[in-house]
Amino acid sequence: MKYSYYPGCTASTTAIEYGLSTEAVCDALGIELIELEDWNCCGATSGHALSHELATALPGRNVAIAQAAGLDIAIPCPACYQRLLAADKRFQEDEIWRAEMEGLLDFEYMGQARPRHLLEIMGHDLDLDDIAARVKKPLEGLKPVSYYGCVLVRPPELTGWDDPEHPVIMDRLLQAMGAESVPWSYIVNCCGASLSLNRSDVVVLLVNKLVQAAEEAGANCMVTACGMCQINLDTRQKGHHMPIFYFTELLGLALDLPDTDNWFKRHAIDPRPLLRSLGG
Amino acid sequence: MKAQNPKLKAQTSNFQPPISNLQPPNSNFALEVQRQSGENIFRCYYCQKCTVGCPTAYAMDHQPAQVLKMIQLGLREVVLKSSAPWLCVGCETCGTRCPNGIRLAPVMDTLKYMALEAGYAPPEPKVYALHCSFLDNIKLFGRVHEATMLIEYKLRSRDLFSDLALGALLFLKGKIPLLPERVKALDQVKELYRRAGQ
Repeated sequence: MKYSYYPGCTASTTAIEYGLSTEAVCDALGIELIELEDWNCCGATSGHALSHELATALPGRNVAIAQAAGLDIAIPCPACYQRLLAADKRFQEDEIWRAEMEGLLDFEYMGQARPRHLLEIMGHDLDLDDIAARVKKPLEGLKPVSYYGCVLVRPPELTGWDDPEHPVIMDRLLQAMGAESVPWSYIVNCCGASLSLNRSDVVVLLVNKLVQAAEEAGANCMVTACGMCQINLDTRQKGHHMPIFYFTELLGLALDLPDTDNWFKRHAIDPRPLLRSLGG
Repeated sequence: MKAQNPKLKAQTSNFQPPISNLQPPNSNFALEVQRQSGENIFRCYYCQKCTVGCPTAYAMDHQPAQVLKMIQLGLREVVLKSSAPWLCVGCETCGTRCPNGIRLAPVMDTLKYMALEAGYAPPEPKVYALHCSFLDNIKLFGRVHEATMLIEYKLRSRDLFSDLALGALLFLKGKIPLLPERVKALDQVKELYRRAGQ
């Protein structure tokens, strides 16, 4: 299976363990990721907060780069994913803009390269039974809550997930790895996202509510598919000690890949004591 | 004569209607928000589902449903001075749940554009400072380089000392590289900015 790959800025910085585990796990599962040549930042929240035009033009350049290969674009970051989807939609609906961008960036929009989130690719394009069969170290004793956060599943008219209020892909993936995923009520609640630095009081309040709820549900860890969620949950929880994993890290663990230590040591809350206590 | 409850009296005498000293309602305002955001504001019947689901509503001066109502009423100045659009994180919970299919996130973005255009100082200056620093950084390198972006943010927000321990931790964990990654075709990115008037 081949995909164009849009890592996004955080895959080599604040979410470096997400980037590293994504590449290692995809390699192990036979997913070939071809990084988009000379990609740029999607603009994220700030792009659409300050400029209607940059909101689609910045991610639009990446969609443009992906046209030549015509492969679906695998995107690990939900914010990048949502912005590239918005740009792709505008290419389809706004002919004047499309023509302008085609002239400016020298490409032809073919509409074959669909922006897709990595989790959705794993849930749909891979066979979960096949993943389960490849598991070498089942995640026994691990009781994660799936945490999707906000823009991974919303707005539904862009993302088109199984269910914007109650998605199940991550739970099914975790179960295939042998983990006992725990039901809870905050699966798609927001962590405060981009207010992390400028209104950290808001993020601290939201994050601690989430961690508290996960604890009360009986979870011993939380699983995300987002660099922003992970760093907010990992660094802004107070008085708890809840490890926050990327789903790709757990896949790496279950597949018994060699690099897991290099990922886990980068967490603010080291998940290794929990893993050791479970016999890992 | 029955003695009045002093507490009640104090409350009544201090009572100010929330929409005092306003400019006359501006009926074009709602149409303008509607045109720019692409969302039909007049479909809102004030069920307040948006407010109930909003993670940051508690910190806003006017909550999402109130903002929609005030747009309907043409209360341009109150709406454009509100902190609500700046505290909206675009999580899209409101729009996903709205029974009338109004997506509030693009409405909140539109209000930020209109507020800046009208020259109102953002009531959440640090939020604005981060957005500006983030966009400046992309213009400079094509990708976000946290170290320089954060320096600009610190200078813009004049908030030099918060989160230094967090920054140090992330640096030690190898999460804040010293050198930026640059886009080769930076002229293309700059052209996108120029077209956007940024």
